[in-house]
Amino acid sequence: MSALVTLPVLLPMLGAALTVLFSRSAFVQRLIGIVVLAVVSAVAAVLLVAADQGAPVVAELGGWPAPVGIVLVADRLAALLLLISTLVTLAVLLYAIDQRIADYGRETASTTFHPIFLLLSTGVSLAYLTGDLFTLFVAFEIMLAASYVLITRRTSATRIRSGMTYVIISLTSSLLFLTTIALVYAATGSVNLADLAERVGELPTGLQTVLALMTVVVFGIKAAMVPLHFWLPDSYPNAPAPVTALFAGLLTKVGIYALLRTQTLIFPLDGPSTLLLVIASLTMLIGALGALAQDDLNRLLSFLLVSHIGFMLFGLAVFDAAGIAGTALYVVHHITVQATLFLVSGLITRRTGTVSIDAMGGLAKTSPALAVLFAVPALTLAGIPPTSGFVAKLALLQAGAGAGLETSLVAGVVILASLLTLYAMVRVWVRVFWGAEKPPLTDPDPTDELIVGTARTAKPMYVATGALVAVSLTIAMVAGPLSAVTGRAGQDLFDRAPYQVAVLGEERTP
Amino acid sequence: MTASPNTPERVPWKQWDEPSGQWMLPGEHPPTAERTLLLEVVVRILFPTVLVFSLYLLIVGHYGPGGGFSGGLVAGLAFVLRYIAGGGTDLGARVGSRIRLRPPMLVGVGLSIAVLTALAPTAFGAPVLASAKLSVAVPVVGDVDLVTSLFLDVGVYLLIIGVVLDLLRSLGSGIERDAQGAGERS
Repeated sequence: MSALVTLPVLLPMLGAALTVLFSRSAFVQRLIGIVVLAVVSAVAAVLLVAADQGAPVVAELGGWPAPVGIVLVADRLAALLLLISTLVTLAVLLYAIDQRIADYGRETASTTFHPIFLLLSTGVSLAYLTGDLFTLFVAFEIMLAASYVLITRRTSATRIRSGMTYVIISLTSSLLFLTTIALVYAATGSVNLADLAERVGELPTGLQTVLALMTVVVFGIKAAMVPLHFWLPDSYPNAPAPVTALFAGLLTKVGIYALLRTQTLIFPLDGPSTLLLVIASLTMLIGALGALAQDDLNRLLSFLLVSHIGFMLFGLAVFDAAGIAGTALYVVHHITVQATLFLVSGLITRRTGTVSIDAMGGLAKTSPALAVLFAVPALTLAGIPPTSGFVAKLALLQAGAGAGLETSLVAGVVILASLLTLYAMVRVWVRVFWGAEKPPLTDPDPTDELIVGTARTAKPMYVATGALVAVSLTIAMVAGPLSAVTGRAGQDLFDRAPYQVAVLGEERTP
Repeated sequence: MTASPNTPERVPWKQWDEPSGQWMLPGEHPPTAERTLLLEVVVRILFPTVLVFSLYLLIVGHYGPGGGFSGGLVAGLAFVLRYIAGGGTDLGARVGSRIRLRPPMLVGVGLSIAVLTALAPTAFGAPVLASAKLSVAVPVVGDVDLVTSLFLDVGVYLLIIGVVLDLLRSLGSGIERDAQGAGERS
């Protein structure tokens, strides 16, 4: 069983190696990518069942016990996020493959895309599973190094420029992260998360606060919380649709996951955190208001992404079992829906040749399928019942209302931000799907790899996007059992003991 | 706007990793006036020595300073020397008359070996990444301790050589192209 925990990390890495070796055969490359991600999804499902029915599944690498060796831990939260992330990655891969087949034919292999894509998946899996602060840094680096390539490969000069913003910001946050790890190690002599949970508590309060704040800043940059969000709307929208979908769906959520893990395990609080509540409110409002001002569809979605990061921060800021559970549920919902929206935006851009909302119109008549694919995730993001967005927001609101006056006020901000999200989505709907039909614009950048403004449809791209819509509808359908799982996951994180016992064993845990 | 030359699409994808350059094969020299005889002679002498040293680093790495990463870097530097002395072509490397090195293949093989070595202990019921020590009696030398994590190091070694060669191929060819464009070379 414990060897199973390493598979979500090792299999995509092996897949990356094999796709390099078979880089002459487009078919084999695609097969490897799909099979690897499908197997990892199955493994993640098994891990989720095992972690939910029993204790967290722990793998000690090389047989070295914690806190000396490196451990991989699949508890409820990690296994759940791993499962949903891998499913989304698989859908995005299918979309990307179909887009390539539609544009360049069945035979054209890509020498970089598949290996890098699988490496990104390796980094994401490792970030979820690791029980060690330094390995978390390594996971972030694998993920970021892969994302640097994906965001800048075969593209135009303007996109490279916006990619540079992303690279520089990411490097800055990595540097801060490394500094934080050095400080934590200097103060406690350990980097094992479960071990740190004990040792950091023995440090002076001032030092604890500094370390906690540094982790908030580091993961806050990755998660794009206000005021550290400025890089996201400038860099994400410029990548090709599958890449943006993957980044928006996964990378920011991995930041949230790291925040969730470190704050609950290492720096626990007694009650709601006023600082995080303020940051969460600002993130929700600034993101939503920013979205209203945008004409570029992808920038609009990016600002909404920032806004919804605030929702997840809110659950963490409430800091009780219900709040953390709400955040976990929200992350699951948001990974799916945000990736879907960016894929749909890719389809819209492909058809209209532009990202400007004002230059589009009448798509509901010309492409009804696209209208359906957009409407469902848009309503889900806004949180209209009975979608998964409603379920996740309800969990957050209940947690907020039950934790005192401060959090109840911020719960009001959650409702306001949801309404603003709905307004932004309705605005897109009215401009893009209703109104007079406008002819597609020609490709502004014929030299880059991305082909837009073509009526040539690739049905599998719609199918891949539709599959993600189906996943988010499934989340709404299984909301009962799912919120039970996230409820137990939230309780685990809040109690801390289950994680520590699983990693360190009974005798070392007080 | 037309597609700029030397984009990856211009190389037929079947040949994208085909070695086409020849760095200082025996009896050959670059057809350019800008040769540095001293460097060439020294590199010809140094190359095997540096490679042997990199293998030494690879093998002692388990107990002493060294390992797959530093060994691979040192070996990579040997190729960098050959490239500096005898470079001038832009794709891949041909070392010796028969060995044709394809950098991406090295990367792929190296990473595969490393991952499979990590997974192999599970077949014997041991945890992932566990290593075992094998003692082999070699006639003249005596007992030799072989740690199975050496295979992981071999994977890393190949991976790093591949990465260095790929860097030479991609970045080096860009520098040469710019230099030719600026008329600095013949």
